[in-house]
Amino acid sequence: MKIKKQNKHLYWNPYYGGFLLGILIIFTFYITGRGLGASGAMKSSVVAIVNSAAPEHAESSAYYSKFLDDTKSPMNNWLVFETLGVLIGALISGGISGRIGWRTQHSPKITRRRRLIFAFSGGILFGLGAQIARGCTSGAALSGMAVLSSGGFITMLAIFGTAYLFAYFFRKNWI
Amino acid sequence: MGPLLPNDIIPFEWSSIIAIVIGIFFGFILESSGFSSSRKLAGVFYGYDFAVLKVFFTAALVSLIGLLYMDYLGYVDMSSLYVHPTYLWAAIIGGAIMGIGFVAGGFCPGTSLCAVAIGKIDAIVYVIGIMVGVFIFSELYSVFEPIYTGYFYGNITLVDSLGINPYWFVFLFTIAAVIIFVLVDMIRKRVKKVFY
Repeated sequence: MKIKKQNKHLYWNPYYGGFLLGILIIFTFYITGRGLGASGAMKSSVVAIVNSAAPEHAESSAYYSKFLDDTKSPMNNWLVFETLGVLIGALISGGISGRIGWRTQHSPKITRRRRLIFAFSGGILFGLGAQIARGCTSGAALSGMAVLSSGGFITMLAIFGTAYLFAYFFRKNWI
Repeated sequence: MGPLLPNDIIPFEWSSIIAIVIGIFFGFILESSGFSSSRKLAGVFYGYDFAVLKVFFTAALVSLIGLLYMDYLGYVDMSSLYVHPTYLWAAIIGGAIMGIGFVAGGFCPGTSLCAVAIGKIDAIVYVIGIMVGVFIFSELYSVFEPIYTGYFYGNITLVDSLGINPYWFVFLFTIAAVIIFVLVDMIRKRVKKVFY
C-alpha cells in the first residue's frame, strides 16, 4: 500500500477559520468600537519595563511619555488584556490538538541556531515597522480593512508586497 | 445601537473582561487555523501553503460585509467606529519593514503570541525581538518622528480617498478575492510540496 505523505498537524479549513475570524472582528467592533490588535501589548510591556527601570528617562522621552499616565500602569490597557486572552485561547486550541511542547520549528535544511537568529532579527524589524505604521497585521491591516481605512489597505499592501519581493532572499530558510 | 461600550450600553467596568474573552476567541481561531506554525505561515510566500492569504482575506471580507450590513440595518453606526489613521509614508515604510520581518522571522505579532502559548522557542525569541524593535524605535524616536507624524491624511477611508461607493467596492473586492483563491490553488498544485 502506498503511504501518502502528509503534514504532522492538520488544521482547520482556512475559509472556516477566516469566516470565524471575520465574525469575531464584527463582534469586536460592535462591542468596543475598535478592532483587534497584537503588537500594542508588546509596546505596553516595553513602556512598562523602561518605566520601572528608568522612570526619569521614560518621563522625558517623547515616545514613552505618550503612553504614561500617573493614575494607572501602562499594562492596564485593553490590548494587554486581549493579548492575555490570545495566549489562553491558543493554549486551549493547542492543548485540544496535542500541539503543546517546547520546540524550535525550522526547515530540516537549516540549523536551529540559524532559525533563532532569523526569528530574532525578523522580530526586531517587525517591532520597528509596527511602531512606524502604528499597528501590525492585526491592528492596522486586518482591523483597518474591516472599516475600509485607507491606511489599513496601504499597510496591508506594503507588508505583503515587500514580503513577496524579499521572499527570494530568504528562500533557504523555508523551502 | 452599537458600538456598545463607547455608547455606555455596556458599563465600562466590563471592558477588561470582554477584552480577555475576545482575546481567547482570537487566539483559539488563529491557533486552530495553523497560525502557530511559522512554516505554514511562510508557505504563502513560496506557494506551498496559502492558508494566510485565505484566512486573511476571508476574514477581511466577512467583517467588511457584516459591518456594512449592520450599519445599513441600523445596529451599528459605522461612522462612530475607530478608523485606523492614514499617515501615508509611515504606512508604506512601516509596512515594508514589517514585510521583511515577516518573511525573515516567519511570524507576525499575533501569530507569534499563539506560537508562544504552545511553547515554540523560535516564537519566544521572535517576541523578544519585537520588544527590542519597539525599544529601538522609542529610543530613536526623533529620527523617525518626521515620517511617524508627517503626511497625515486623517482617519480616512477608501470612500474618501478613491471616491468609490463602498458597496460596489466590496462587491468587486469579493469577486477579486474569489478569483485569487482559485488562482492560488492552481499555483499550489504546480509548486513542489513542503511538509512540516
